[in-house]
Amino acid sequence: MHHLLPLLAALPLLGAALLVVTGRHLPRAAAETTGLVFSGGTAALALVLTLNSSPPMVEWVGGWLPVDGESVGIVVVGDGPALGMAALVSLLTVAALAYSWRYFAEPPPGHPGAFTALMLVFQGAMCGFALAGDLFNAFVFFELMSVVAYALTGYRIDEARAVQGALTFGVVNSLGAYAMLMGIGLLYARTGELAMTKIGRGLDTAAAGHGGPDGLVLASFVLVLTGLLVKAAAVPFHFWLPDAHAVAPTPVCMLLSGVMVELGVYGVWRVYGTVFAGPGGIPAADLTRALVTLGTVTAAVGAVMCWYQRHIKRLLAYSTVAHTGLFLVALGVLTPEGDDGIALYVVGHAGVKAALFACAGILLDRYGSVDEHELHGRARELPGVAVMFAVGAVGLAGLPPFGTALGKGVAEEAVGGPLTVVYVAASAITAGAVLRITARVFLGLGPRPRDARSDLETSGTGERPETSGPLRRIPDTMRTVPAVLLAAAFAVGVVPAFGGLVARSVNEAGSGGAHASVRWTAHGILLGLASTALAAALAALAVTRPRWVAAPGWAVPLRRLQSGHVGDYVAWLLMGVTVLGALALPGVLGG
Amino acid sequence: MNRLRLWLLAVGGAGLTALLVAACPGLPRFGGRSHPYGERAVRASLDRHTANTVASVNFDQRAYDTLGEMSILFAAVLGCVVLLRQARDEHRARPEPAAVARPVRRYALIVLPVALVTGLYVVAHGQLSPGGGFQGGVVAATALHLLYLGADYGALERVRPLAVYETSDALAVCAYLVLGLAGVLAGTAFLANTLLPYGTFNTLSSGGAVPLLNAAIGMEVASAVVVLLATFLDQAVEIEEKQGS
Amino acid sequence: MQILPYLVAAYVFLVGCYGLATSRNLIHTVGCLSVCQAATYVLLLAVGYRDGATAPVFSDVEPGSRPVVDPVVQALTLTDVVVGATVTALLLALVLQVAKRHGTVDPDELRELRG
Repeated sequence: MHHLLPLLAALPLLGAALLVVTGRHLPRAAAETTGLVFSGGTAALALVLTLNSSPPMVEWVGGWLPVDGESVGIVVVGDGPALGMAALVSLLTVAALAYSWRYFAEPPPGHPGAFTALMLVFQGAMCGFALAGDLFNAFVFFELMSVVAYALTGYRIDEARAVQGALTFGVVNSLGAYAMLMGIGLLYARTGELAMTKIGRGLDTAAAGHGGPDGLVLASFVLVLTGLLVKAAAVPFHFWLPDAHAVAPTPVCMLLSGVMVELGVYGVWRVYGTVFAGPGGIPAADLTRALVTLGTVTAAVGAVMCWYQRHIKRLLAYSTVAHTGLFLVALGVLTPEGDDGIALYVVGHAGVKAALFACAGILLDRYGSVDEHELHGRARELPGVAVMFAVGAVGLAGLPPFGTALGKGVAEEAVGGPLTVVYVAASAITAGAVLRITARVFLGLGPRPRDARSDLETSGTGERPETSGPLRRIPDTMRTVPAVLLAAAFAVGVVPAFGGLVARSVNEAGSGGAHASVRWTAHGILLGLASTALAAALAALAVTRPRWVAAPGWAVPLRRLQSGHVGDYVAWLLMGVTVLGALALPGVLGG
Repeated sequence: MNRLRLWLLAVGGAGLTALLVAACPGLPRFGGRSHPYGERAVRASLDRHTANTVASVNFDQRAYDTLGEMSILFAAVLGCVVLLRQARDEHRARPEPAAVARPVRRYALIVLPVALVTGLYVVAHGQLSPGGGFQGGVVAATALHLLYLGADYGALERVRPLAVYETSDALAVCAYLVLGLAGVLAGTAFLANTLLPYGTFNTLSSGGAVPLLNAAIGMEVASAVVVLLATFLDQAVEIEEKQGS
Repeated sequence: MQILPYLVAAYVFLVGCYGLATSRNLIHTVGCLSVCQAATYVLLLAVGYRDGATAPVFSDVEPGSRPVVDPVVQALTLTDVVVGATVTALLLALVLQVAKRHGTVDPDELRELRG
């Protein structure tokens, strides 16, 4: 069974290559079917392997099995979290491909399968990254995933914003990746190894010689985490995300927000747990300080910025930033319950967020706009989409029994105390913003907002539909996909065995063998209900008394920071490196 | 430039500098002897009769990394073809024949075959001497573009049917993957170099699957570079904005 | 002297970052990114160097007769070079489209995507 692990990366790549070989001679429908077959086949393989991932599997690619504990090969890890992420990636790719079925206006001349092929490479790259047990191999798949994502983000070259957003995305993420590679170089210098577990052991051995971690460990920790946190869009590394997600084609947004950003969080979990968790690494207290601080700020900034958006896709992008903050906080407390909570939260969030983007895409293709003000009341004719948007909003808030609510409840109990407030507030504000959109755009409630043009914000007007003209009728595929995704997010919370399964496989892979049970608690349900009620109240207030919740003066500087200038974003990235270093410093000084 | 960015840059840059400088004393002495992975790699390479250890690392021990690397190139080519396609408000113009100075033409046409053969040589000897699929592929692809210097764009286009190169790029990727899958089908492991005999040390057929994977990469890189340069040259030479738009 | 190569790598990375943050031309920005990447080459190759060693190619060196430098970092650097070249190509393609759609390659003049 374990020999099949690398195929999760190889199969989609093979599909992509075959599509390019035959692409010129295939009709479009055949190319898209091929894409679905390959990504669906990979998804099936990922699911089968996930169900067999206990005990965790390990595969040495090329058959370079370790001799006396030493190997020259690359190790691929097939434990629950890795295979679970690969399965999530694959299922979401299938959904995105189904959503884009006969969807794009004009495939590049002579390349009817190019978009599908790029999506397949993206899937293979994300699966490869999820399974990587070798640090340099993780970097390679990280770069592959980035490169495809840049190309997919800039896919609509006729749009000025699309190419600018893709370029910003490319520069910031590549710089993060190079920082990560510098960190890998430092770790290789210290330990002479590349497999993550071997590096971890090497650090411990070296630290035993001269008492605790030193400057090199700190620098490599900060540099490697910088790359991963740029991908995870933690403040202040997050600026690229709204710019890229607002302009990428809708099916790509579903993948970017649904899984790619979360893979950054997953990478932090994997790298800390296998490389830096030992006595030669970064002490747990320092990691907690760093991640909880960054996570809280990220959740706060994401939620506030989300609330003040009028561009619907940008609004959803900021809600992803806020939720990543929540994931980082729960990851930072380093408890088995926290890990279980985020795992479930990530799965539920992927379904909900992808469905919301899919609905936003329907608006874009139907009206050529994703602007809250311009679309006021115009989408009354789409009751089905309205229901899905509202359901997505309450899913985002964490209304029981959605999967997001189960994950959020477990995570809230793990973090405990005042941090619970962050969870309730961030999920309520982001969900409130989505409910506000539902009320204004789909129901036409409240006064039409006055259209004050300012250079402070990006409006969603004047966008070109992604189809070959505004849609008269919404195709069945575009309606079905968000419905199925929402149903899946619901099922995550409802199917009783699922939570236990996820918790078991997460704890088996990390958390030092400690098992935590995952179940609905009164505490979690109450907090979920409270977030939803708060979200509904915020939305109602925004619609009926817009003045009361209009942007206050202090939010203006915060919004000005999102300047769209790539130089600013790079300066913030450097600042983030410094902050991360300062937050992790005490343990190194003390050691 | 605004003041905030300068401050961020100053503070952030100082922090990063401090971090990197703090790491330096912890690094092993420059030129030191301790390279555990490197020594294992040399031994493994000699065991499998591959004279060029770097090729053994790339195409045997860490061939899975090379798969990712090759996919990055493949994806970038596909991405550039998509990003530099003809937009709605553009059209294609015929490239105009251009006058070329005679010495340039003579030089280019003499060097072209030499460069092409050199590229192929470097690819073929990948497992024996420095070089290999990546390096040789780039040389071979560059050789073709001497036609652009020596003659003109039209001449280059005649020897460069893009569809063929795009297909061969993708076929090379398929070949690499199929060679990898053969290991799984044979019951060993993905990309396992155990199916072919390792041959005589320091000959062209040594190293088992290394020469095959190396050749696939050579083909991929050569085709990919041709296509990549073509998409950029098209922008410069052929694609123009429509009048009045 | 012993840590000079590492300091060079750090310096190159920092210079690249400075260029990225202060760039007035997007083509220059992409170039600065390559500078940052060059730092990773310097670091990797410096880490793999060994005093008095030759290239890890045994077609004309008897195995075991001379020390060789670490072949793993060389392979990593090769991968890194390919990654760098392709990322540069893709980003330049995007700069080209930015120039067409916005009519400028000065990041200060790109007025979209704010707030």
